Amino acid sequence: MIDGFLALYIFMLAAFTGYEIIARVPVILHTPLMSGSNFVHGIVLVGAMIALGHAQTRFEIVIGFIGVLLGAGNAAGGYVVTERMLEMFKPSKPDAGKGAH
Amino acid sequence: MSWLPIVIKACYFLAALLFILGLKRMSSPRTARGGIVWAGYGMLLAVLATFFLPDMQNRGLIIAAVLIGVSAAWWSGKRVAMTAMPQMVALYNGMGGGAAAAIGAVELIGYVRTLAILHPPGIPDTSPLRPESWAINALTPMPAMVALSPVELALGVLGALIGAVSFSGSLIAFAKLQGWLDKRFVFPGQRAVNLLLLAAAVLIGILLACGHASLPLIAVFFVLALLFGLMMTLPIGGADMPVVISLYNAFTGLAVAFEGFVLGNEAMIIAGMVVGAAGTLLTQLMAKAMNRSIGNVLFGSFGAAGGEAQAIEGAQKPIDAADAAVMMAYAERVVIVPGYGLAVAQAQHKVWEFAQLLLKRGVKVKFAIHPVAGRMPGHMNVLLAEAGVPYDLIADMDDINPEFPATDVALVIGANDVVNPLAKTDPASPIYGMPILDVSAAKHVIVIKRGKGTGFAGIENALFYADNTRMLYGDGQAAMGELVTELKAIDA
Repeated sequence: MIDGFLALYIFMLAAFTGYEIIARVPVILHTPLMSGSNFVHGIVLVGAMIALGHAQTRFEIVIGFIGVLLGAGNAAGGYVVTERMLEMFKPSKPDAGKGAH
Repeated sequence: MSWLPIVIKACYFLAALLFILGLKRMSSPRTARGGIVWAGYGMLLAVLATFFLPDMQNRGLIIAAVLIGVSAAWWSGKRVAMTAMPQMVALYNGMGGGAAAAIGAVELIGYVRTLAILHPPGIPDTSPLRPESWAINALTPMPAMVALSPVELALGVLGALIGAVSFSGSLIAFAKLQGWLDKRFVFPGQRAVNLLLLAAAVLIGILLACGHASLPLIAVFFVLALLFGLMMTLPIGGADMPVVISLYNAFTGLAVAFEGFVLGNEAMIIAGMVVGAAGTLLTQLMAKAMNRSIGNVLFGSFGAAGGEAQAIEGAQKPIDAADAAVMMAYAERVVIVPGYGLAVAQAQHKVWEFAQLLLKRGVKVKFAIHPVAGRMPGHMNVLLAEAGVPYDLIADMDDINPEFPATDVALVIGANDVVNPLAKTDPASPIYGMPILDVSAAKHVIVIKRGKGTGFAGIENALFYADNTRMLYGDGQAAMGELVTELKAIDA
């Protein structure tokens, strides 16, 4: 397991990283970025897999299974939705207007 | 096989790096597309590595659950319309919160089971702090037998609480945005009931974290947490949903980080914490754009401002599509202000067609977007992008507001409260102080509106009665269609 203070440092540095990443984002990207960060916390899938992988009783297995199901949904859904949104952002070009559908 | 754990750890490290770099790239429109792909590779790497962790059981079940979850979400994500994006983000976010809560539940139940094995009933002092339990762990390195340390237990409980609240809250947000729950659910003493629920959940959580874990107590804990998320979200109105979704996104991130600590998984800690911090900041930005505190969104009821509202003098002055088209065809600068009503009317494609005709005539056209237009931060930008509007024609509120005095025509479609000048002039108005798009400073304003009624918040809009405002009544899509036809007629 991780040493307590080492974890505290990780928590702190990661928090600052998250803050700095978002701090100067144009409004135009708020939705994709929120959806993108929504995808990133889909890493919970990994945790759910570990939990199910260590589950012993039937009850634990059922809950772990639901956890993996939900985590997989978070990761996959978050990715598809974000990718679809970002795909649409295009700058003006001479042939602008022929947007993707 | 001693290299395997190192390889797996390296994969987690790379995943965390890719997440951060991916999010960083997502903060600029040019590199954004690549950003999500990078993050996607990170996720793939982390998930594959997890399969190869030693001492993993139930591998078949894991694969089955991953396949079902991924294909269901992939299918729904591919099909959903851009207008429905906010509720899908809410739904996926809720799933993440639920997963974090499930991890917490499995760990807590496993903890109870481990304690029962390590310290069978009858032996006093079952405190997890007892040094013997550490000795046993050291001798028998079976992961399922490792009792959680007090800090792990506390963070595990906290993560489970936040995750469960995010889960049920996001599901309610989803149902509301989907239109399944139309009514705001309000009753007297609601705040007290909610606070009581939270207090009870926290209290039981503290009991659990202190090592007094038992299955019934765990069950009650989760029921209370889920109920609190539900009750907290029910009274919140649709216009506040951007703030709520953003907040629950941050919640899920935090829950993931805490559960990551319990599992000793650095990738989860870093990814979760980055999202938690980013989400908190985004939530603050959203709330600020509405001139309200997060607490006010969550616990205040909208429209409760006291005092007499300013009387609005004058009448709404109509205009027909032909005149409106002429006005804009011979204008030098036109700013189009779309609101959520545009999305509801599915008029974004017609608007872009109209804007293109104007651009062809040499009119300088821009789109102005209020930070809270739509049902999610930046939602309008996505809808316009879907219609093909290039992002360099879309301007934020701070950039466009100084340009309104030099604008000949401001065309407002389906926006109401975000262009209401009362937000600046009437202290009694519930939206007083909210930053608005300053369209009334334009030389002429044309408002496309279905009828004469008030907006979402039920507030009169002084803009509609201003001397330089003309009202073009009709459904957004139909009205834009007429404008396109009239504009083409001028050119013909």
